[in-house]
Amino acid sequence: MLGMVIKMNGKEQNRTWFLRGMKDGVPIALGYFAVAFALGIAAKKAGMSAAQAGAMSALMLASAGQYAAITVIASGGGYIQMAVTTLIVNLRYLLMSCALSQKVAPGMKMRHRFLMSYPVTDEIFGIAMSVEGRLNPFYNYGAAAVAAPGWTAGAFLGAAAGAILPQRVENALSVALYGMFLAIIIPASRKNKVVAGIVAVSMLCSFLFTRLPVLREISSGMQIILLTVVIAGAAAYFFPVREMEENGGDENES
Amino acid sequence: MNHSITVYLIVAAVTIYLIRVLPMTLIRRDIKNPLIRSFLYYVPYVTLAVMTFPAILSSTGSTVSAWAGLLTGIVLAYVDGNLFRVAICSCIAVYLAELFWH
Repeated sequence: MLGMVIKMNGKEQNRTWFLRGMKDGVPIALGYFAVAFALGIAAKKAGMSAAQAGAMSALMLASAGQYAAITVIASGGGYIQMAVTTLIVNLRYLLMSCALSQKVAPGMKMRHRFLMSYPVTDEIFGIAMSVEGRLNPFYNYGAAAVAAPGWTAGAFLGAAAGAILPQRVENALSVALYGMFLAIIIPASRKNKVVAGIVAVSMLCSFLFTRLPVLREISSGMQIILLTVVIAGAAAYFFPVREMEENGGDENES
Repeated sequence: MNHSITVYLIVAAVTIYLIRVLPMTLIRRDIKNPLIRSFLYYVPYVTLAVMTFPAILSSTGSTVSAWAGLLTGIVLAYVDGNLFRVAICSCIAVYLAELFWH
C-alpha cells in the first residue's frame, strides 16, 4: 500500500481530482443548462443574438449577474452602469474568492490562481468548499470543464431556439441547482450543530427579506451579501471555529 | 448614445473577473486571525442557505412541486448526501408532483 501512495505523484493526483471534479460537475451542468436556457430567451428579448448570449455566458458564468447585465442592455444603460451593476450583483463572489484563497495550499502557483478565478460560481464554489482538507485546483477545472459548456450551450440554444424543452422538464431541471445546495448544507448541518443553526437562521432571514416592507425592496444580489456578512460575522464572533472542525476533522494537506 | 453589445459584454466580463481574481491573487497566505477564519468558514453555508430558501419555492411551475423538490432534497441529503443523487431525485420529485397535481 505504501508503494501505491509513493507512486501517486502530483500528476496522477491532479488527474484524479480533475475526474472527481467532472463527476461532481454533471448535476451542475444539468441545472445550468436549464437556467441558462431561460437566460438565453431573456437575452434574445434584449436584442442579443444567440452567439452573443453564448459568449456572455462563457465569459461571465453567472446567473443573477447575467440577468442584471441583460437588464442593463435592454434598458440601454451606460457602460459605467454596467460595471457598477455587475460589481454589486456579483459582490458575493468576492467573499467566495476570499474563502477559496484559504482553501487552497498557501504556496499555490499564480497561474492556478488566475485560472481558478474564472469559474468561481455559487455551485462550483459550493462543491469546492465541501472537499475535505486542502483544495486541488484541478478539482475546480474538472467541474468547470463540464459545467461551463452546459451553461454556454444552454444560453446559446435558449436564444436560438426558444422553448424546445417541454415546460415540465424545464421546471424539473431548475430545481437541480437547489438540490445541489441542499446536498452541501444539510450533511454539514448534520455533523455540526452550529452550522445547522446558522443554516436555519439564514433561511428564515432570507424568507423575511422577501416579505417585510423596505427589506423586500433590496435586490436579491444585495440581500445575499448583507445576510452573508451579518450572519457569518455573528457566527464567527459567537462560535469561533477550531482548526479541526474547519477541515471536517481531517488534517491532511492534499 | 448608441451602445455596442460587444462593449457591454467586455465591461461586464472584465468587472466580474476582477471580483473573482483579486482575492485569489492578493491573499496568498493563510489568514491566522481566528475571527476572519471562522467568518470565511461560515460564508458558504450562509450564502447557499440564503440562495436556496425561499427562492426554490418559485423556481418551478407551482409551489406544491417546489415543496416536493425541497423536502425530497432535504431528506435525501440528510440520509445520503451524494450531490448527483440529491439533485436528480429533487428534479424527479418536481416532475412527478407536477404530473399528478395538474
